[in-house]
Amino acid sequence: MRKKKVSRSWVPSLLMAVGVFVVIWLLKTIGLLSMRWYLILQMAAITTISALGLNLIYGFNGQFSLGHIGFYAIGAYASALITKDLSAKWSGTQVGGLSWIMAGQLGVLATLILANKLKMGPRLKALRKRIGGELAPYESGTITALAGILMLVVVLAAGVVVAVVTHWVFFALFSGLVSILPKAVEQPIIFFVALLNGGTLAALVSYLVGLPLLRLGSDYFGIATLGFAIMVYTALQSGDLVIPTMKGARGMVGIPHWTNWGWAFGALVLSLFVIRNLVYSSYGRAFLSVREDEVAARAMGVDVAQMKTMAFTFGGFFAGVAGGLYAHWSGFLHPSSFNMIRGFDPLIMIVFGGLGSMTGTLVGSMTIVIGLELLRNVLPSGFEDWRFVIYAILLLMIMLLRQQGLLGTNEWGWLKAPLPPERDIPVPTQAAVEGEEGA
Amino acid sequence: MMAQSSTDRDYGNRILDIQDLAIVFGGRRVKGEIVGGLRAVSDFTMAVPEGGLYGLIGPNGAGKTTVFNMITGVYQPTEGEILFSGESVIGRAPHDITRGGIGRTFQNIRLFKDLTVLDNVRIAYHTHVGYNLVEAMTRLGKYSAMERDLTERAQDFLAVFGLQDRQTEIAKNLPYGEQRRLEIARALATEPTMLLLDEPAAGMNPSEIEQLMELIHFVRDRFQLSILLIEHQMRVVMGICEWITVMDFGQVIARGTARDIQNHEKVREAYLGTTVEKGLRSDAAGD
Repeated sequence: MRKKKVSRSWVPSLLMAVGVFVVIWLLKTIGLLSMRWYLILQMAAITTISALGLNLIYGFNGQFSLGHIGFYAIGAYASALITKDLSAKWSGTQVGGLSWIMAGQLGVLATLILANKLKMGPRLKALRKRIGGELAPYESGTITALAGILMLVVVLAAGVVVAVVTHWVFFALFSGLVSILPKAVEQPIIFFVALLNGGTLAALVSYLVGLPLLRLGSDYFGIATLGFAIMVYTALQSGDLVIPTMKGARGMVGIPHWTNWGWAFGALVLSLFVIRNLVYSSYGRAFLSVREDEVAARAMGVDVAQMKTMAFTFGGFFAGVAGGLYAHWSGFLHPSSFNMIRGFDPLIMIVFGGLGSMTGTLVGSMTIVIGLELLRNVLPSGFEDWRFVIYAILLLMIMLLRQQGLLGTNEWGWLKAPLPPERDIPVPTQAAVEGEEGA
Repeated sequence: MMAQSSTDRDYGNRILDIQDLAIVFGGRRVKGEIVGGLRAVSDFTMAVPEGGLYGLIGPNGAGKTTVFNMITGVYQPTEGEILFSGESVIGRAPHDITRGGIGRTFQNIRLFKDLTVLDNVRIAYHTHVGYNLVEAMTRLGKYSAMERDLTERAQDFLAVFGLQDRQTEIAKNLPYGEQRRLEIARALATEPTMLLLDEPAAGMNPSEIEQLMELIHFVRDRFQLSILLIEHQMRVVMGICEWITVMDFGQVIARGTARDIQNHEKVREAYLGTTVEKGLRSDAAGD
């Protein structure tokens, strides 16, 4: 018999999470924690959520993405538009924006599902093959192209119909909600829905972006996603041409300050819960297999393209949720918060903490966000800008001395991989094997 | 009934049937004809009988691995047909072909190096995973039961290959022979009906080769599958393969039983040297 190992319990981790939450909350309530640090801790939690999303893409799935900030921005603006509607009524009513954003996503989803169900590609190929023998290439080509356009129009029209119909359903639902419920109950519900929508919209966009881009090899994919981030940045700068409330390059103001320690920390714990469960499921192992060796993963029956898209979509979702929290943390959104340079932040954090380690991301992003603010206190006045020099030197040292990051791929507590069940494995003996051979 | 050719009679049911296979790298199609490029394999015809142990041999660069890559969908052939259990695999994605029942190993071991031994096998079970994404994220529903079942199956599977005490070890830390065994175990975990082994004996010492030959026999009998094997070392091929096809410069130069091949004149010229005895000896010593 082998020695019985101690099972990995989730209790200490849960106690620690509750402990951290309560201590910070108490310190704030009795006034020991200043407003500034209270806000910094929230920001640290928000940044960690976004970084966890990127770690899923780069650390666990091995896809080098520089476009994470783009999804963060999409989540921020989408959720801000929803909540701002309640006071500013930019869409004409209190929940018009929310209904349209939700319905629009469903419309796109309906289009995608229908296009998938119609099997457009194979059908067109079959059509071309069937008529190709009898007609000249230019004739069969034109007919196939027309058939393709027709199918596309049908699919798009169906998407629009779904969007318009569901828009009225959501509109009725949420107007009812807003008129019936008292403000204290309505606000968290709308905020939750807004955050979720920021996440799902970012996820939908990352799915659509990932579909063509994830065919590219890792470095090329990085450049292509960088291009995506620049596109989002540019679009936000002139966003007021489409929705005036977004205010474009002047910056969107008047977003309610709804993010507090409870929301930020709660979202972080929930994200960790989901990501941890995902990573240690069969899907997570499939993500890892893609990172380790794509050719071998295919030979194991893993649909590599599907797994890449899945990880990228999940990563986009968490970036979107984090973006929504950020919007309601700062109360002000400006495209420059989402520019290319800021886009490297989550990447630096996950590399600093250790690629493919959730604990590493937690430690890495907390250290960087809180450390940069601590330096502000430590450095003499007039030298505050030197913190970025110290930051850069620290990064250089980490990369020179410990390439795998602070934690490598190690995890802590409940975030560790669950151990395989201890049991007596039946070992086939040689005699039994020979018996089977004989039979 | 159709009249059967002599090969049909010899082989019984064919699990893999390759006809006039050819692949050209970098060529150009001009009016249906391929111009230029490198013709790595041409007019390659081969049939593997159900439950057979078939060897594909040939000198370096003969195109053996290219044939493997075409069977598993890594490369798309320019011409010809590959039927697996009567269905064409051409145009299908590699993962789809694996799910259809072809498992393979690689010439230079391709394990998931930084993952545990157990996870290497569990990944092969992903195709048969019994829970969905939502259940995976929330740990609700069928997750616990299915994950436990999957893990236990993987553990039992490792035990068959004598790796049960290594399950939590990182794959790259295993000794070479065990890495080979793990790779074969992992390929078998995809529940194939046919196994392709690409130079399984590469880099092994004589005693490891003995063990490997036993293992291959054992695998075939226990899992009731057909095996196609590429091998460089004549000892392995002649020792275990029931039928052999010899390739040189992308073409088949001979086929038959081990005895036929040993006495085949073209094979001696291309592969074994001037005499069989000498070829065998130098091969065993050199490789």
